[in-house]
Amino acid sequence: MDAIDLARWQFGIITVYHFLFVPITIGLSALVAGLHTAWYRTGQQKYRRMTQYWGKLFLINFAIGVVTGIVQEFQFGMNWSAYSKFVGDIFGAPLAIEGLLAFFLESTFLGLWIFGWDRLPKKVHLASIWLVAIGTQLSAYFILAANSWMQWPRGYTYNAASGRAELHDFGAVLTNKVALATFPHTIAASFLTAGAFMLGIALWHLLRRPGQHGSIFRPAVKLGAITTLLAAVALIVTGDIQAKIMTDTQPMKMAAAEALYDTSSPAPFSILTIGSLDGSKEVWSLKVPHGLSFLATSTWSGKVEGINDLQKAYEQRFGPGTYKPNVPLTYWTFRFMILSGVLAAAIALLALWLLRRQRMTPSKWLIRAALAVPLLPLLGNSLGWIFTEMGRQPWIVFGLMKTSDGVSPSVGAGSVLTSLIVLTLLYGVLAVVEVFLLLRFAREVPAETTPSDPEAAEPAFLY
Amino acid sequence: MALTDIWFLLIAVLWTGYLVLEGFDFGVGMLLPVVSRDAIDRKVTLRTIGPVWDGNEVWLLVAGGATFAAFPSWYATLFSGFYLALLIILVALILRGIALEYRGKIDDPTWHRRWDIVIVGASAVPALLWGVALANIVRGVPMGADHEYAGTFFTLLNPYALLGGVTTLLLFALHGAIFLALKTHGEVHDRALKVVPPIGIATVVAAAGFLGWTQAFDGSWITWTLALAAALCLVGGLAASWLGREGWAFLGTAATIALATATLFTTLYPNVLPSTTDAAFSLTTINAASTPYTLKIMTWVAVIFTPVVLLYQGYTYWVFRKRLGRSDIPAPVQKATV
Repeated sequence: MDAIDLARWQFGIITVYHFLFVPITIGLSALVAGLHTAWYRTGQQKYRRMTQYWGKLFLINFAIGVVTGIVQEFQFGMNWSAYSKFVGDIFGAPLAIEGLLAFFLESTFLGLWIFGWDRLPKKVHLASIWLVAIGTQLSAYFILAANSWMQWPRGYTYNAASGRAELHDFGAVLTNKVALATFPHTIAASFLTAGAFMLGIALWHLLRRPGQHGSIFRPAVKLGAITTLLAAVALIVTGDIQAKIMTDTQPMKMAAAEALYDTSSPAPFSILTIGSLDGSKEVWSLKVPHGLSFLATSTWSGKVEGINDLQKAYEQRFGPGTYKPNVPLTYWTFRFMILSGVLAAAIALLALWLLRRQRMTPSKWLIRAALAVPLLPLLGNSLGWIFTEMGRQPWIVFGLMKTSDGVSPSVGAGSVLTSLIVLTLLYGVLAVVEVFLLLRFAREVPAETTPSDPEAAEPAFLY
Repeated sequence: MALTDIWFLLIAVLWTGYLVLEGFDFGVGMLLPVVSRDAIDRKVTLRTIGPVWDGNEVWLLVAGGATFAAFPSWYATLFSGFYLALLIILVALILRGIALEYRGKIDDPTWHRRWDIVIVGASAVPALLWGVALANIVRGVPMGADHEYAGTFFTLLNPYALLGGVTTLLLFALHGAIFLALKTHGEVHDRALKVVPPIGIATVVAAAGFLGWTQAFDGSWITWTLALAAALCLVGGLAASWLGREGWAFLGTAATIALATATLFTTLYPNVLPSTTDAAFSLTTINAASTPYTLKIMTWVAVIFTPVVLLYQGYTYWVFRKRLGRSDIPAPVQKATV
């Protein structure tokens, strides 16, 4: 493999790994802030215990999200220096603002929340965790604005003299319609992830030891399940908006998502297809008539452009070359992304129903569902990003710069391979440690304490 | 003042903030086995930086992001050029963050001991390598007209840069020792004070050599003044520590790091990365910069939000201003396991 392939693998591995932790952080910080608020307002001990319990799991997860985020910022310069030079005038700004507005807020107030348990006025302590939660969302917004510029560049002019894209309207970058659609979709996915995380662990506790700690795990199952369900509805709504915007801004990505080779009106949506390896011929397919037309254009018989026609149009516009992304990959990541969200929501609905009917009796299948439900959104998030980024290929900036032109000219394959191996091994070890800690703490339950207990003030997550 | 100059200054300020703040938490990490004899000492030591180290590290992320936004060519050439060195730093920072966060999560001596080794090593490595990197930036690197780095990993390991690395390593260790003396009482405090004189003397020698050598490249009366002021603050800080004035001593080492960084950036200006191949190929504040429009937006954002950040970070230090001792470490809470 040469440097370009290695750099792409590295970006994929490092970014997907980082994004396993980010959505849990975004969603769970808000849920923990909500529990802390409930404790503040009611003074009930069950809410204090819940805040501590989920707070601790949040922190274990947050730590890996932070340290792997450092690599994200530097790998643009390390592996993609030609890209960095070409777009730095535009792409660097949201990144720098993300640091100044969001990272400082998150890290500083998280320190205050962890260590300020018995030292801060109660209101300030509560405000700290809310500021952390707000920081995570701000961070998501700015990074998605930067990414959306790569999907659908706005507010720039190409300067032939300097050979780079130059910013002329920062407002257009921040209000890019792709960013405005992607942000709520990503936040909804984050709440689905955090809700399913809470639901899965709490359900597991309830099923294993029905009599014990029900006072904190029963409400957690409810909160987790309701969060998951609401997030699933939000995901469908925002995903639908996003699909229509994608059809308009990146028609090739939409065509690849359906493996639609010929322009059709109406276009059906295939739930699954058995076909040739490159997806160009189908053997058998289960189709929803008019489905894609509706998804893409909000009309039942709207015209959806096919891959072959788009390829011809792009050749005329950008010159010879292939402008097709990897079709089977986009086709299947798109479907499994949706499926994993639907399954998580189904388990949430089941859990809620069982809770209402007082039917929380342990069965092998229920315990398996409890273990699976936190993993489903993680899979869905990863597949969603792989679809979004692979669907843009061969472009690094859609219509403006090819991925193969963005790589660092002075970095050899040996260096990229070294960092790929080092970081992958390191991340592998971190994953083992993280899972070990999460499992250990997921099993552990904070002791019941009275407010007069001196230890009650000491949270279990200090150094 | 041109916008490009303002951004050169702002990036210098961000690096100064980073080195002054993370400098002491690197120092505390490196000195962990020196100032502590048992598990409680180690908890006291780590808790001095517990609430703040993550916020300190964000200064680096903002410095990196600001370089990307304001001087994209500098960011691109530097980070692709210093590839392997930067990789080592990143690995160390990852391990360090994880070690600091995960160490206290399980109350088990073996678990603690393993993470302690990581904390010491992963604090020392970046403390050394940031000095090496900064020295190479100031001295310049082989670079052609295409502004691509033309050296190898070993080009970076020249005597001048290595001396720079030793200087930051020692300076951060000293800064950390004085911070610990300021933030603790009891045994940890006494041991921290005890290591100040030997590290202090070594730091004076290394720093004098490094800043003197820097002047030999491109000294002006301004850089000489800054270097001398740095030296005075270092000696003053050591004297204050000798007299038991720990607050002044900490201000002294903080000012030393700030002035030394100022010396380096002033020497560098108006270049951002000089070329040792031919001065005409150097990256400067002009040819590496973003457009005036981007710089203007970034300036507004920085002017509005930097004071806010300083305010709440300052508040954190105020909240945790109390000196820590062994009596502040509670007995482990018994937890139910199901």
